[in-house]
Amino acid sequence: MREIIKMVVVLTVLSAFSGGLLAAIRGETKVKIEDQQLKFVKGPAINKILEGCSNDPIADRFKIKDGDIERSFFVGVFDGKANRFAFEGTGKGFGGDIGLMVGVNIDNDQIVGMGVTTHSETPGIGSKAKTDPKFSDQFKGLAAIEPCKVKPDGGGIDAISGATVTSRGVCVGVTNAANIYKRLKPQIAEKLKEFK
Amino acid sequence: MAKSITQEFTKGLWDEIPPFRLVLGLCPTLAVTKSVENGLGMGVAVIFVLVCSNMLVSLLRNIIPPKVRIACFIVIIATFVIVVELLMQAYTYPLFLKLGIFIPLIVVNCVVLGRAEAFAYKNGIVRSIVDGFGIGAGFTISLVAIGALREVFGSGTFFGIPVFGPSFQPFTFMIEAPGAFVCLGLMLSLMNLAGNE
Repeated sequence: MREIIKMVVVLTVLSAFSGGLLAAIRGETKVKIEDQQLKFVKGPAINKILEGCSNDPIADRFKIKDGDIERSFFVGVFDGKANRFAFEGTGKGFGGDIGLMVGVNIDNDQIVGMGVTTHSETPGIGSKAKTDPKFSDQFKGLAAIEPCKVKPDGGGIDAISGATVTSRGVCVGVTNAANIYKRLKPQIAEKLKEFK
Repeated sequence: MAKSITQEFTKGLWDEIPPFRLVLGLCPTLAVTKSVENGLGMGVAVIFVLVCSNMLVSLLRNIIPPKVRIACFIVIIATFVIVVELLMQAYTYPLFLKLGIFIPLIVVNCVVLGRAEAFAYKNGIVRSIVDGFGIGAGFTISLVAIGALREVFGSGTFFGIPVFGPSFQPFTFMIEAPGAFVCLGLMLSLMNLAGNE
């Protein structure tokens, strides 16, 4: 009996100590990890979308509460005006979720650029959504308040050959982003005024 | 006869060098050694986990009941592995992306559990720390050696720096999975050859 109690006590104390230590370290590194992810995963896409801006979009970011989720917006200052920003959207692709960044110009509601950040599409086929500029450049200049579709679905986007599902997923992601934009536009406009 | 402290350290570098002599921890050995950088990063992570877990296991060896020792070892090892994982994410993110799933898998690395069970549970704290360092260093050297071989021939670079002229045609077989087995086999046979003399 004494042995069993000892086993239970030792394991419990050990696990509790371990849990406490990990929670403390996680708390310490949380902000840093978020920064690193922004820099290496989303950073390249953000910088490409907001190419030519005079500030650092990753440093100049703000968050808006959208229901239960907090969404991050990355501000790009052009000619002294903070009128463009990039934010995240997700769609379902062939191999799982596709994460992408969409840049919008709030003055004319136009998409200024789109870049895929994370995906698990087939390398060499669906993965072109991330690497082929011919595909991603098609989104430039589209209206950010309308749903976006590939040509077979009656839209204006040329799908990547052999990867219609992926292309459709990207379009859904952009449409989702557009819906977020429509919903949060007043708050975004308010926040953008702080960046001059 | 008890070994001296120096012997405890050096045994990990040759007599008991993990992948070659003990033939333990082969999963990361084969999987992450596509380049020297990956091998080194993995090795350093394993050294940290080994030293910390050996230290703690040795410190608690009189408290941990024998019947639940494996469970206790796993809790200790898993804790330090997650510490490494979080630190890597925070400070060396590109390396973390390359090593990916193999960092969490250190939890079930036989080298770490093996040292806790076979050494740290029976020896004092100083010896256990030295043993962890030695075995960890041996593991790192092995990974770097295999990584160097595969990177030099498979992509023509060493630590990302080109070593051959532009006319070099990379022998891509080496950085694919079968190349890892061939490299390991060659090095094992060389080690045995050297050890028999």
